Amino acid sequence: MPEAAIAEKTVELRILRYRPASDDRPSFGSFEVPYAEDMSVLQALQTVKDTLDGTLSFRWSCRMAVCGSCGMMINGKPRLACNTFLRNLPPGPITIEPLNNFPIERDLVVTVGDFVKKIESIYPYIIPKEPKTIADGPYLQTPAQLAAYESFSDCINCMLCYAACPQFGENPDFIGPGAMALLQRYNGDSRDGGRQKRLDTIHGEDGVWSCTAVGICSEVCPKHVDPANAVNQNKTNSAFDFFLRFLRKEGAR
Amino acid sequence: MDHFDADVLIIGAGGAGLRAAIAAAEADPSLTIALVSKVLPMRSHTVAAEGGSAGVIQAHDTLDNHFNDTVAGGDWLCEQDAVEFFVSRCTPEMIQLEHWGCPWSRKPDGHINVRAFGGMKIERTWFAADRSGFHILHTLFQTSTKYPSIKRFDEYFCVDLIVDDGRAQGAVALSPSTGEFTAIFARAVILATGGAGRVFRQNTNGGIVTGDGMALAFRHGVPLRDMEFVQYHPTCMPGTGLLFTEACRGEGGYLLNKDGYRYLQDYGLGPVTPEPRNKAMELGPRDRLSQAFWQEERKGRTVTTPGGEAVYLDLRHLGRAKLKERLPLICELAEEFMDIDPAEAPIPVRPAVHYTMGGVLVDIHTASPPVGLFAAGECSSVGIHGANRLGSNSLAELFVFGHVAGDEAVKFAKGAPAAQAGKLLDQAKASAAKALALRDQKGGGERHAVLRKEMADTMEKGCGIYRVGPEMQETCDKLAELKRRYRDITLEDRSAVWNTDWISALELGYQLDVAEAMAHSALARRESRGAHQRLDGFENRDDVNFLAHSLAHYREGAAPEISYGPVKITKSPPGQRAYGGLGEALEAKKDAAHA
Repeated sequence: MPEAAIAEKTVELRILRYRPASDDRPSFGSFEVPYAEDMSVLQALQTVKDTLDGTLSFRWSCRMAVCGSCGMMINGKPRLACNTFLRNLPPGPITIEPLNNFPIERDLVVTVGDFVKKIESIYPYIIPKEPKTIADGPYLQTPAQLAAYESFSDCINCMLCYAACPQFGENPDFIGPGAMALLQRYNGDSRDGGRQKRLDTIHGEDGVWSCTAVGICSEVCPKHVDPANAVNQNKTNSAFDFFLRFLRKEGAR
Repeated sequence: MDHFDADVLIIGAGGAGLRAAIAAAEADPSLTIALVSKVLPMRSHTVAAEGGSAGVIQAHDTLDNHFNDTVAGGDWLCEQDAVEFFVSRCTPEMIQLEHWGCPWSRKPDGHINVRAFGGMKIERTWFAADRSGFHILHTLFQTSTKYPSIKRFDEYFCVDLIVDDGRAQGAVALSPSTGEFTAIFARAVILATGGAGRVFRQNTNGGIVTGDGMALAFRHGVPLRDMEFVQYHPTCMPGTGLLFTEACRGEGGYLLNKDGYRYLQDYGLGPVTPEPRNKAMELGPRDRLSQAFWQEERKGRTVTTPGGEAVYLDLRHLGRAKLKERLPLICELAEEFMDIDPAEAPIPVRPAVHYTMGGVLVDIHTASPPVGLFAAGECSSVGIHGANRLGSNSLAELFVFGHVAGDEAVKFAKGAPAAQAGKLLDQAKASAAKALALRDQKGGGERHAVLRKEMADTMEKGCGIYRVGPEMQETCDKLAELKRRYRDITLEDRSAVWNTDWISALELGYQLDVAEAMAHSALARRESRGAHQRLDGFENRDDVNFLAHSLAHYREGAAPEISYGPVKITKSPPGQRAYGGLGEALEAKKDAAHA
């Protein structure tokens, strides 16, 4: 090896590998890639794939922390690989594993279908309070009304909060923080009238009450969505709703 | 091989594909709609659009204004009937998105707010802070889950179209999760696969933007139109090419050279004003701004960064509060990726490839030449962008023409016989076998990653902001060489499950075909127009010989053949394209003549 290459600063990546056809269980592989000040963990993984080992598999796309594809455990914490920079990590090897709490399909690729089903289960669309035609024009919504749900609409579905959530780790059927934030996004929207229908989906044992209020979901959220706050609001709403259903004429459904 | 019978098949589930799926589901709920996407729909690249989407809404604005801005912005290479239809449908589509829940930014009284954008005479860009594409995509995806007739194939990668008897009848898709193929038969097929910006080195695009649908159609004999017109966005992160939205300038940001001078005034874009002035200075069109950067670089008036030469995007005077309200994602990108606080320091930026104006040839009804094939969004060329797209017209295009494609595909499907599964299954098996052969071939030992890098480098060199004949020829030759080497690549991974080595090799095959269409179309256009600027004796627009759409035709084992088709002019004869003070003077003269 030429001297220049030896002198080059490098970084070691310890990556959890799993190839279902050949591996009984996941195990770590180690790779050394050139270090650069502005390099992200995603770029380091791409360097491994393009120059050292083309068999390494991981999801990625936008590179700018908005598509939600590249969530993984980096030094034990759920993070997006694209906006985690080598310069901000402590010196020494970087440990990279697939997101916790999800089945591993291959290397850093986990199963996402169940998460998508959870999103779909909470009626994630406007159920209009007062239907309008296009000719009627847009609904009015003041900046304050927008602010009531806006932060919950910023969720990029990266699933980091699910990887951090101890409750989801124990009970994969738990609706989880991301879906709860989405529920709150629609329930908080002044145009929407579907609140009751959605609350009905989270009364059950896998619903909002499964949350033990650890709050780590909000800590790991790369978009400051604060799902813990959504869960709390839903607990209040769910409790209130539970109480109300005894008073309602039609009684409990 | 598994197969699935659909009435309408949509390939791609970004803004255009999702809008088409919803339109089709609403047009006839009894039809089965297969929606295939190589990623989860909310990962589609629409997610990364920032600034907003056009739609006339202010009382002092008119559809004619939007039409004129778009046609002049496209340097008169637009299909004017399509533009006329487009501008009339933008606002209803924006309202539809509003009804579906898109969190558009509002005025204090609750009405929709709009912002200024480059090349637009009056503010008409609807926005959701600077995450417009993200919010639109999530709104569409979430809304689509309400329609039971939409059967999603999430994370299915399309390896071929099924075209039989001159009619599109389905596609063959690979599930990375299993490594198995599925044949999806349909009476009508819509392509909504997005652009191809990843064929260039510095680009704003996500990794998935590899021109799949363009190449699939191209290989089945569908011409790719106007492929030489590739948009450089003027304000991107040096090195990675990540986008800083035009809305930065719409909100009042300045572009400064290394001396702190607003250099755009030297390129016919003045007068300089402290406040943003529509169609002037920083609110000029993207082609002109990217060209001005190139000139500044040649004059030595740029700054050197590790990611290349750059100028400054200065947002400091907007103040922290406005930045956080209007441009939160931009702040996040600058802070997280560059350690720059845009309220305190200017952001180094440079042009990077952003958008493909051209694409799969379609008519105003989104119909492509083979019967039963439709296309919408960036993968298509319906003709509204001409030689240079205006910012905020591409998001609007997704919904206007995605909607049309959904309706038209349903109309077609209802009158078309069902696909003949038996006969088509053989074709599907042959397509799958071809894809498998690439995975398993012995090859000569070369990695496809090496080819990808060489492709991106040669495209940047030969088909950049300014172009000259010998460099374009060199790029064409290089691409031919890369295609030869591609046939002999060796994959390291021959396994079935999540073989991303294989998927990206297949994508590279698409990219090389699309890159060839771009480079050969560029070489053949011996004039300068919009985003295609030459420095080798063809510096001017030549309406006598080149007021024409290029059409690249695929040829197996050879370079594409380039022909030309007419441009539809309805009410705006080609005129002088001018911005800033000169543009205003010309417009006043025109208005006086009409009065």
